[in-house]
Formats: sequence, C-alpha cells, structure tokens
Amino acid sequence: MIRLDKVFRSFMVGDQRVSALSDIDLHIAAGDYVSIMGPSGSGKSTLLNLLGLLDRPSSGVYKLDGIDVTSLDDVQQAKVRSEKIGFVFQSFHLVPRLSAAMNIELPLILAGIPPAERKQRVTQLLEDYGLTDRADHRPDQLSGGQRQRVAIARATSMNPAVLLADEPTGNLDQTTGKEVIHLLESLVERKVTLIMVTHDPDIGARAHTQLHMVDGRLIDEGH
Amino acid sequence: MKAIDVLRFASGSLYGSRSRTLLMILAMSIGVAAVVVLTGLGEGARRYVINQFSSLGTNLVIVFPGRTETAGVGPGMLLGQIPRELSLDDAQALLRSPAVSRLAPLTIGSSQISQGALNREVVVLGSTSELLSIRHMDMAQGQFLPSGGIHDSTSVCVLGSKIQHELFGTQNPIGAWVRLGDRRFRVTGVMSSQGESMGFNTDEIVIVPIASAHMLFNTSGVYRILVEAKNRSTILAAKRDVEDIIVKRHKGERDVTVITQDAVLATFDRILSALTMAVGGIAAISLSVAGVLIMNVMLIAVSQRVKEIGLLKALGAPSKQVRNLFFAEAALLSTIGCVVGLLLGEAGVLVIAKLYPSLPVGAPWWAVLAAIVTSLGTGILFSVWPARQASRLDPVTALAGR
Repeated sequence: MIRLDKVFRSFMVGDQRVSALSDIDLHIAAGDYVSIMGPSGSGKSTLLNLLGLLDRPSSGVYKLDGIDVTSLDDVQQAKVRSEKIGFVFQSFHLVPRLSAAMNIELPLILAGIPPAERKQRVTQLLEDYGLTDRADHRPDQLSGGQRQRVAIARATSMNPAVLLADEPTGNLDQTTGKEVIHLLESLVERKVTLIMVTHDPDIGARAHTQLHMVDGRLIDEGH
Repeated sequence: MKAIDVLRFASGSLYGSRSRTLLMILAMSIGVAAVVVLTGLGEGARRYVINQFSSLGTNLVIVFPGRTETAGVGPGMLLGQIPRELSLDDAQALLRSPAVSRLAPLTIGSSQISQGALNREVVVLGSTSELLSIRHMDMAQGQFLPSGGIHDSTSVCVLGSKIQHELFGTQNPIGAWVRLGDRRFRVTGVMSSQGESMGFNTDEIVIVPIASAHMLFNTSGVYRILVEAKNRSTILAAKRDVEDIIVKRHKGERDVTVITQDAVLATFDRILSALTMAVGGIAAISLSVAGVLIMNVMLIAVSQRVKEIGLLKALGAPSKQVRNLFFAEAALLSTIGCVVGLLLGEAGVLVIAKLYPSLPVGAPWWAVLAAIVTSLGTGILFSVWPARQASRLDPVTALAGR
C-alpha cells in the first residue's frame, strides 16, 4: 500500500539546511492502524504531510498503491489526494461560513460529483456520524466533538483508502477524544488504512503498528 | 468541479463576508454610475444644442454682409465704413440658383409700439411670408405676413405672444391697429409662444413686411438672408451658387459671408462629443480605481483565507481550481457591481431628466458599453494576481496558518 524508500526531507532555514526527515524506510500495509509518536519537532507532521502528498521529499521514493506519486504533477497529485486520501486535523479546519452538511460535501463538490449523488452521500454520512440534526449548523454552533465528527465525515466522504489524522484529539477533552478515537478505529474495521500522529502514549498504544520518531528518524518499529 | 459549483462556492464566500462585498459593489457601481450619468449629461447637452439649431430651420444657408475672414484692419473699418449692403434685389436674385428652394431676407431694428395708452420698446423684424415655414414657427391665431412681392410694403404686422399679452391682455388683437414709430400697422396674427431659441426671443418681437421695415427705419439694407436649400445634399451647391451670384452682382467683390447651418452644427457636435468623452474618461479613471480596490480587497481575502485555501488543496483541489475559485469570486463581484452601477446610473439619468425636462439626457450606447467593459475588465484583470497568489500557496504552510 504505502512504501517509502530512503526518503529525506530538509528545509532551508535562513542559510542553514535543517533536516526534518532522514533516511525513512517505511512499509504500511492496506488496512493497517499506525500511530506515529515522538517529541515535538521530531518530524511526525512532516512525515504525515508527505504521506498525504501535501509535501514532497527532497530525495527518495514514495510509492502509493505501486505508483511513484512523487513524480506526479500538481493536478495528478490533487486527484490522488481527492480519491485516496482523507485528512483529519487537530484544529478541524472546517470552513466557518459553510454548514456542517456543506463542509462534508466540499470534497465531493471539488471532485465534480453530480448534485443528486452528493446529496445522497451527505445524508448517509450525516446519519452515520449522528449529525443529522446538526446538518444546517455552522461550525461555530457545534461542540468540539461534533466539529471533529464533521471533519471525519468530510475526510471519509470520498471513501479514501488512507486516512491521515494529525493529533485528532489534541483540541478535545478526554471523553470526546475517546469517542473520536473509537470512531476512527471503527473505520479501520472497514478496511481503511489509518495513520495517526499523536502525543498521547495511551492512544498511540492502541495502534497495531507504532512508530517512534526522534530527530527525523524512525527509531523503533514494533507491534 | 462543475462551473455551477464554482459559482455557488464563490457567491457563498461573497455572502460570507457581506460588508466587504457590499463595499466593493458600492465602489464598482459608483464608478459605473458616474460614467453613465456624466456621459448622459454630456450627450444631453449635445442633443440640446442640436435641437436648438434644428429649431432654426433645416438645410439652411445663412448669408450676411461683410467678410469676417478678412484678416487685419482695413482703412474702411477705421473710418467707420460698413461693408456693401445686401439689398432686396440681391436676395431675390438668389432664387435663380436651382439648389435654392426658398429664402427669407431679414432686417432688424427697434421701435416704440403703442396701442391706446400702452406703449413699449420692441424689436421689429422685417421679413417675408416665407420666414414662417423656413424658421419652423407657428401661429397662435390669425395670419402671418401676406405672400405678396418682396417690395410690397403693406402696413400689417404679426405680434409675438408676449407683446400681444402686454398690449391687448385678453382682448382679440386681430384686425386692431397698433402704432410702430410714426406708422400704423394692422395686426393680422399672433405668433405662438416658443421661448428663446439661440438667443433670440420670438415672443418679444413684432414682424412686419421687410419693405415696410425699410420705410420705418429709413434703410435699404438686409441684415441676414436665410436661404433654404432644396435638400440636405444640395446645401453645398446652394452655398456655392449664393456666393457666385452675390459676387457677380457686387462687381466681382466677395463681400458677403455665407455659412451653412450644417457646418455650425458639426462644430458644436464635435466640441460637445469631445467634452462628453472627456468626462466619460474621467469617470472611467474612477472605475479603474475601483478595479485596484478589488485587487486590494481580494489580496486581503487571500491572506485572510489562507487556511481555507490549504484545506481546499488538502481535499483534492489542484492549484488551477483554487485560482478559478478566486477568479470567479472577483468576476462575480465586478459583474454585480457593474449591474448595480448601470441601474444606479440609469436612475440618476431619470432623475436629471425629471429635474430638467428640457435637457434630453441619456447615456450614449458607446459609453454604457465602455463602462461595462472597463468594470468587468478591471475587475477581472486586477483579480489575476490575487488568484495566482492563492493558487501558489504551499498547502502545509497554509494549513498551519503561517
């Protein structure tokens, strides 16, 4: 499913080259549940952005479903993001002026799905995530947990194979955080590959595969 | 992404920031409305002048004594000599030209008019019966001058409507006698009120046969000859003939000035059209200022919506699509501004038309078209840069809101 070969990513900060990822070799099978842990600045988010095609490696090869996605152009990468990858962010990133239903609909609109099918899918998603009575509420009228559920519904609206979550519980209290984790785990049961960056060791320990990063390197890989 | 969804998304984000949108539409529409109203006024002025001219008559060639083109100061002028007069026979001779259909000689003077105990000073116009139709004048009651020979000095007169009102009040003046200077004239008709036309108020004149006017003022000269050409295409031929005939009669001396109404009209037309274009151009500058404003506000919008742009990219929107979304937003903004501006402008023109009914205001089509093109053009042109800025944002940085 996902294969990284000798991936490096470095940034120029001023006139100094700072290495964010060094020599990453990684294989993630389809349907896996992966957590990435490590201190801040260790390159967790950079790795996640790279996996989500929001960032390109400085060197190395990233193959998604056997395709070398680093060589794709902007339009092709956007298409891959649209069809195969879903994002869940720590700060939800909902569009404030759009209702919950329209936020969920957004990836479908961008992908050019016909209105009738969009409506049907959004109705189903609202129902699946228990948001039917919140459909017309704007994000500022929703609780944190509801917002994250809208975000997850949006991330899964295109039925992606890979779901990337960057600290999905970071802005939530314990109870709501747990609910969101259960929700994400239920997606793994539906054969979605879940890759989650987290600070919380308890949450990280639940994953089938746990990756630890320090200074841009993967230090340990175990089950 | 479908076009209709692009539009819906763009209008959604315009609606999302209402005050910004309203201000932009206001700026744009004021620009467009200014173009429409200002050019409408200019065009109104032009039409007003043209109407005034054509109320003088159509296909007119006007002859008057002396040559204004003669450069320098001749000895005759210093001695107070006037150029050779035009005579009634000169006028009559002009009818020999095949291009001329009819003519009316004019002489002018002022005199006391009295009726009973009432008297006042009036401008007396001497002419012939043709004047009525050449000058497009109308009678309120009675008859105009009799259509006798040019030398007939019948003692009849036609009163301007104000003179009639002042001398006779509500009485019927037809058939009554009035005294002009030391002569008595019978009133045969009253002109209908026409107000001022090219500085000549026909309501306050008395018209008598030109031969009678010559006797009254003891002169023989003709002040103007209004010559009507057969049609528009023979105006120039008429002008040439008139000059030739007069030169022959004046012993080879070209001592008259002949102007055509068309030439005067064309000059005014040119001046006023240039004026209209100038004010339209000034208004168009304000329009492009509105365009710069749109660019400014769109740039601010891009920087305010960095996270949204990052999100769109993460959700699978290629750079091109992000650019199109912002482009559509700006295009929508300038279209609405343009439409509102056109409505405002037309409303303004209507108000002016109500306030000044005599001014035929109305924006010319080319100005309306220019306003539309400029507003849409600047709106779209100035949004290219912000839209590119938006599409070039790096999604990672954008999502981080940095």
